[in-house]
Amino acid sequence: MMLLSRRPSFTTVMLILGLLFLYLPMVVLVVYSFNASRLVTVWAGFSTQWYGELFRDRQILAAVWTSLKIAFFSASMAVCLGTVAAFVMTRYGHFRGKTVLSSMVTAPLVMPEVITGLSLLLLFVQMAQLIGWPADRGVATIWIAHTTFCSAYVAVVVAARLREIDRSIEEAAMDLGSPPVKTFFLVTLPVISPALAAGWLLAFTLSLDDLVIASFVSGPGANTLPMVVFSSVRMGVSPKINALATLIILAVSLVTFLAWYLMRRGEAKRRAQLKQVDSI
Amino acid sequence: MMPSRLTGLTKRMQLGRRAVIAFPLVWLTLFFLLPFALVLKISLSEAVIAIPPYGPLVEYANQTLKVVLSLGNYLFLLSDSLYVAAYWGSIKTAFISTTVCLLIGYPMAYAMARAPGRWQLILLLLVMLPSWTSFLIRVYAWMGILSNSGLINNFLMGIGLISSPLRMMNTQFAVIIGIVYAYLPFMVLPLYAHLARLDSALLEAASDLGSHKFNTFLNVTLPLSMGGIVAGSMLVFIPAVGEFVIPELLGGPNTAMIGKVLWEEFFLNRDWPVASALAMVMLLLLLMPIVWFHRYQSRELKE
Repeated sequence: MMLLSRRPSFTTVMLILGLLFLYLPMVVLVVYSFNASRLVTVWAGFSTQWYGELFRDRQILAAVWTSLKIAFFSASMAVCLGTVAAFVMTRYGHFRGKTVLSSMVTAPLVMPEVITGLSLLLLFVQMAQLIGWPADRGVATIWIAHTTFCSAYVAVVVAARLREIDRSIEEAAMDLGSPPVKTFFLVTLPVISPALAAGWLLAFTLSLDDLVIASFVSGPGANTLPMVVFSSVRMGVSPKINALATLIILAVSLVTFLAWYLMRRGEAKRRAQLKQVDSI
Repeated sequence: MMPSRLTGLTKRMQLGRRAVIAFPLVWLTLFFLLPFALVLKISLSEAVIAIPPYGPLVEYANQTLKVVLSLGNYLFLLSDSLYVAAYWGSIKTAFISTTVCLLIGYPMAYAMARAPGRWQLILLLLVMLPSWTSFLIRVYAWMGILSNSGLINNFLMGIGLISSPLRMMNTQFAVIIGIVYAYLPFMVLPLYAHLARLDSALLEAASDLGSHKFNTFLNVTLPLSMGGIVAGSMLVFIPAVGEFVIPELLGGPNTAMIGKVLWEEFFLNRDWPVASALAMVMLLLLLMPIVWFHRYQSRELKE
């Protein structure tokens, strides 16, 4: 009986297998980025030459810079747009257009990228014909496209937080005569700031990662990192891409670890404060 | 307070409220809703060799206003078996992938929700972390694993189990592996959210009343996590139907999936009207799942 109860349950085994399934391919990528051979599947000794080649590849470096710029500005705008949308959805009662707005906030979460990309391209082409803008597609059109689909993710994250927090603090501020705008910036915004940070990071990674929508709405001038990587991997496996993958995995892991550490510390601090209150 | 000042204030607040609502409403209408109308419009026009490569719907010449709605693109989709096969292939592949995701993801989410409190956040971050790295690169990883000279074939031939490589790349199997791998976190996340909220007192009550473990699962846990099952399945199924990268990289030239066909019509054949018609039909097929997902999401938002 003792033995039976110690045996890990079916679900625990599945969890471990599932995590192995998720991580083994990434481990393979990392290991083979240090392979001396050009053939990704044959091990020929340890080498860091592919990292050197990666950093000498001007096309990839330029694409990294373009992608980082677009991701930064898309995430920032998406946080503004998504937060306002979430606020309107959760704090305003009924208004005309609420159903339309709520559909437009959730639909981009599941909309196939080829449809979003194609439809936005047709819009930009039509706009160029009617008002002469955008004459050239590129960074600006990708920024608009990314802002639009990223704001849906931000809205969901922020709306969840807005529903969670205690509304009586906001009501108290308003009862004491604080105008709505002031209440929002001085009371609501500080409380939901962790959700804003999470939404910004999510939007940033989504924008950095998008290939399909960017390919549709970009012009000849702007190549994002996924576009360059895609044209390279289409030709087959390349160790330089493995080196790039390793750096991306490293960066994401570091940020995730940092976020986890901050959350844990915040939790510990709160618990300590509660203890202090108890002892008084 | 004077009544006139009060009405002035409420008027100003009303105006502010409208401005706040207008910001996301106008942006999303312009950049999300309006584009669909344009897709519909161009799917009804004729392809011409010009920039942009489609003809006008409305023409005015010789004092006659001509409105030409061409259904040719839609009839063309029906007449060529390639397109029908691509729609069917996409739905079949997405359905199988969603089922596999659910079968792997449910036990994972269940174990996470039952894990000790301090472990739950770590496990959640571990499951989500891969989805924050690059989607493209995670699909690419499987190219090196599944190919004829890839890791699996090298290993199996190395231990002498097979003499010639198994063909795994450029098959439907590879596409399904790719979709399951890329979308598994999006299945686990809503399932975990629902299972973690599940009141363990209900399960204890069921077991106290003599319910067998499996019956408890079937009658208590499963119905209470239905919201998570619907959300997770839709988050996998709908994007998987329109998936382009995975069939392109792992499916090879013979895989018929609609996202890939649309891409080729647009970028290689430069036939924008047919690409638009393909998008409209895909949207029509996905309308029911999208509405289902939206219903569930707005219920979540209200709670």
